[in-house]
Amino acid sequence: MILARLAWRSLLNRRFAVILTISTIALSIGLLVLVEQLRAEVRQGFQRSVSGTDLIVGARTADVHLLLYSVFGLGDATNNISVETYREILDQPGVVWVIPIALGDSHGGFRVIGTSELFLERFRYANRQPLELAQGQWFDDLFEVVIGHQVARQLNYSLGDEIVLAHGSGNVVLESQMHDNHPFTISGILAPTGTPVDSQLYISLQAHRAIHIGWEGGTRRPGAEVPKDIARDNIDRLEPTSLTALFVGLERRAAVFGLRDWIRNYRQEALTGILPTPTLQELWRITGVAEQVLRLVAGLVVLAGLLGMLTVLLTTLNERRREMAILRANGARPWQIAGLLVFEAGLIAAAGILAGLLLALAVQAASAGWLLNHYGLFIETRLPDPTLWKVLGGILGAGLLVGLVPAWMAYRRTLADGMQIRH
Amino acid sequence: MLLELEDIQFTWPGASRPVLDISAFAMAEGEKVFLYGPSGSGKSTLLALIGGLIAPDQGHIVCKQQSLDTLSRRGRDRFRAAELGVIFQQFNLLPWLDLENNVALPCRFSRQRAERAGDVKGEARRLLAAMDLPKPDWTRRADGLSVGQQQRVAAARALIGQPALILADEPTSALDTDRRNGFLDLLFNQVDQAGSGLLFVSHDQGLASRFDRQLDLRAINQAEVLS
Repeated sequence: MILARLAWRSLLNRRFAVILTISTIALSIGLLVLVEQLRAEVRQGFQRSVSGTDLIVGARTADVHLLLYSVFGLGDATNNISVETYREILDQPGVVWVIPIALGDSHGGFRVIGTSELFLERFRYANRQPLELAQGQWFDDLFEVVIGHQVARQLNYSLGDEIVLAHGSGNVVLESQMHDNHPFTISGILAPTGTPVDSQLYISLQAHRAIHIGWEGGTRRPGAEVPKDIARDNIDRLEPTSLTALFVGLERRAAVFGLRDWIRNYRQEALTGILPTPTLQELWRITGVAEQVLRLVAGLVVLAGLLGMLTVLLTTLNERRREMAILRANGARPWQIAGLLVFEAGLIAAAGILAGLLLALAVQAASAGWLLNHYGLFIETRLPDPTLWKVLGGILGAGLLVGLVPAWMAYRRTLADGMQIRH
Repeated sequence: MLLELEDIQFTWPGASRPVLDISAFAMAEGEKVFLYGPSGSGKSTLLALIGGLIAPDQGHIVCKQQSLDTLSRRGRDRFRAAELGVIFQQFNLLPWLDLENNVALPCRFSRQRAERAGDVKGEARRLLAAMDLPKPDWTRRADGLSVGQQQRVAAARALIGQPALILADEPTSALDTDRRNGFLDLLFNQVDQAGSGLLFVSHDQGLASRFDRQLDLRAINQAEVLS
């Protein structure tokens, strides 16, 4: 078709400005696609973080708070729960397993979880996937520690390394707050999961108890600590006195509501029991605001890209007035000249969208390793989902609409200019 | 008759007085008319009227038995594409298009022009050759040419597909005297071959004697001209 060929030749003639415009749109589209896909991936990663656990129990607090400190390692528990409560929950009908969790220590900014081998056996993530050890074995000796994938990568640890845990969960730990009399040996490194499990260290409940003897006030009482050998000899007496959270697995899922009610009405201490999935969704709703803001910003950037295109089209319109008059004098009808501009805008928008998509895919492919390393985010390079395709289609439509503005102006001008060539 | 104007009046929108008021003007088939007059006397307006880009407030324009004043704008566009060839003072060509495609342009917008031209590309080349343009330039961009060469390409374009009437709006004013005569030789030659009429607007009285008829626009335009 003649119009398409003329539009193409004309665009080629202005390729510098056109390529810049396409780049602007490509950048904005790339940003939009990246934001959308990262958002979806993060959300999915979020939902992957815990699976197969029917109920999480902790001291009475807000549901989301309990989820944050028990699963994501964010924030601190306000209270602990007693070992008696743990035993009583274990005795409830339908309860198959209970993973005990004792928090309070950290290493290099990563949390240390006091737990048992049940964590390895029973904890599930994503689609009920079990944990696996990439190297070594689960802790056996009292002063052995198993570390998550990210911990090993970022701190560059390998099996057999000795590490010292810090009291408290903060990033900045005072020298006096180190459990330096009780160094731990790394016995195992977990395979990557893309969940908070990767950023945690695991020791036995007994070890957790042992290193806290003499720390009852929250700081070390000099001379009150138990030497490692004595602790090892008395391992049977190192029963934990309190726990931070419990992950409960039931025989039948349907029993979870009954157990939750029992936990709510438990008299000996105030407890909270949460169902992981609905609480994850609740948490996502809270963070959803930030997500919407991110989307809005990406949308505005796309708008800016389209306005940039409009600016270029309108600026060149003046320069091209002569071109329009020549076409008109040689038989082009006003609608054909308007069509030329709409077609041009469509071509620029389509090229920008395509380039932006490729850019987003390239960035995804290039940054996947880095994101996994630094943020434990598992990003797949994939094409947009149907919704995003619709959005991109809508942007192309918006591009065509933007093209209508100079088209309409050119239409009016070709009528007004008559056969004169104005310069 | 090729062209007949009768009781034409035209006022530009927003203007208080008409710029054209012509009771009668006619051109015979194949006639070459030299039209002159000072700036602002309405020459360009007259060409736009004949070209069908604007419609008269009153009166009749008949070209090739087709009454332009009763045609819709779309009909006038179609008529212009089929029956008129246009040459401007300068900047006639799409700078980013090669010569062949510039010449072929009217055939892209009018099927009648294309049909009369037959082999459009061949006809474009024939006209380029006839207009004395060197063959290696035919496939080059138009903006590499001198002004004189560009005007000859514009003439070739106006002539392709044998339009009934060529409208030329001071096509030689950007050329020096020697080139003007050379341009006119080539143009006349092809106009005669195509059998088209030629309405040639110019200040340049030195060229006037070569035309069949010379006409001062002021002699036929009764509108008061501000000058």
